Amino acid sequence: MTPLLKISDLRSFYGASQALHGLSLTVNAGEQIALIGRNGMGKTTLLKSIVGLLEDRRGEVRFAGACTLSAKPEDIARKGLAYVPEGRGVFGSLSVVENLVMSARAGRSGGRRWTLERVFEVFPRLLQRRGNGGHQLSGGEQQMLSIGRALMTNPDLILLDEATEGLAPMIAREIWKTLEIIRGEGIATIVVDKDHRSLANVADRMVVMSRGEIAFDGTPAELNADPSILDKHLGV
Amino acid sequence: MDAITFAVQLLNGVQYGLVLFLVASGLTLVFGILGVINLAHGAFYMLGAYFAYWISRYTGNFGLALVGGVAMAFAIGLALEQIFVKRLYGRDHLAQVLLSFGLILVIDEVRQILFGKDVHSVAAPTWLQGSIRLTDVLSYPVYRLALCAICLVLAAAIFYVIQRTKLGMVIRAGAENRDMTRALGIPFDVVNKYVFAGGIALAALGGILVSPISTVFPGMGDGMLIISFVVVVLGGIGSVAGAAIGALMIGLTDTFGKVFFPQISSILIYVLMAGVLLWRPNGLLGRKES
Repeated sequence: MTPLLKISDLRSFYGASQALHGLSLTVNAGEQIALIGRNGMGKTTLLKSIVGLLEDRRGEVRFAGACTLSAKPEDIARKGLAYVPEGRGVFGSLSVVENLVMSARAGRSGGRRWTLERVFEVFPRLLQRRGNGGHQLSGGEQQMLSIGRALMTNPDLILLDEATEGLAPMIAREIWKTLEIIRGEGIATIVVDKDHRSLANVADRMVVMSRGEIAFDGTPAELNADPSILDKHLGV
Repeated sequence: MDAITFAVQLLNGVQYGLVLFLVASGLTLVFGILGVINLAHGAFYMLGAYFAYWISRYTGNFGLALVGGVAMAFAIGLALEQIFVKRLYGRDHLAQVLLSFGLILVIDEVRQILFGKDVHSVAAPTWLQGSIRLTDVLSYPVYRLALCAICLVLAAAIFYVIQRTKLGMVIRAGAENRDMTRALGIPFDVVNKYVFAGGIALAALGGILVSPISTVFPGMGDGMLIISFVVVVLGGIGSVAGAAIGALMIGLTDTFGKVFFPQISSILIYVLMAGVLLWRPNGLLGRKES
């Protein structure tokens, strides 16, 4: 089976400075990948390179069977990729419902498993606030909205940057629960978060980044077996 | 000032504001969504008026001039976006200013070749040509009332599209965060093309609608451009609702300023703008840069 996402020797640049140094990563359909590492190690850069928002990228990226290295973000998204950025990217001038329906569409296989009703079922909080503007929501509600908006595009892969950053523990737990629901749906994810213990509970693979390269790629059990890796790449 | 004179001035101010809104809403959409400063916006206002003059001269039909002029402007907008403007996305403002200033020169030259530099007038449709007598000395032209009504209908249509349709949601989302909109799979080059052409069409529409009450002359777009920018900045860049409020404020300030404070009327709208910007640096409905 061909992987859903296959990245080989990816090098990304911000102007003259190189942020990713020949990185390779494979994601299979339905797989949940946890992406961890200190700040500035290239996690967000990697996500932006996959989404297509970082223009200067070289190497090889194949998503859903096509080369997407030089594709535009809108074309990559339509192949079945959804992005939940750091800071949520909620449209403040649009209502909750408008945020959800503006980009709603059927998935690659034509299926519409995720509808407004379904998203409200998973996030009852959003139903209560359906008429509110995006700018009136709390951080947790914005994150739910951003995830719900991603689901409404019926994607095969969701990239989730800083999933629980700045959220109260109770809200964070709700986000983790949602990730399990998404996993149950067979949607692949790449999740960035600082809470590697919670990530280990929901992820199939743990990927540790360091200085624009991948320092470790293995199962949560394998990562646990070697505490020196976390010490070296996450310890303060 | 008696009540009737006041009412007449109020109507004038509202009518000026409504026309201003049509033109400025096009400018604010292009500015807010495409991120392009289009200095040639006023030139299309002028071009619209010349189209109206040209079509109504040959057909004698103002309705035809209205539809034809808007269609021509829209087509020119589509072509210009494809050939020139799409190269400007993401470029610095200097490149945009240079290109759109170049467009002004070219449009002026083409206008000179096609229509000369004479001042023209356009006849309103015959059934709108009369005046309503208010007092022995005062009357109000029917066309001006009709103009108000047309502008209100158009404004309602613009608001409907922006607030109630999916295209409107995409336009508002794009004005706020273009990258996020693209990452959600919205093909922005298509949206851009129609927003630019639509903005040009709105400028031309403004010029066509005022042609029966104003004269059609070469420099008529210049003043309109400046005032439209004042409206855009006042209302908040990219906000159509802000442009509506800003346009009415400017229309009323300018009209009543000329009546009550004729000596300083020409600076009043700029005083208004400065005051609003001191209070709200991003304009009335503008968002803070994040």
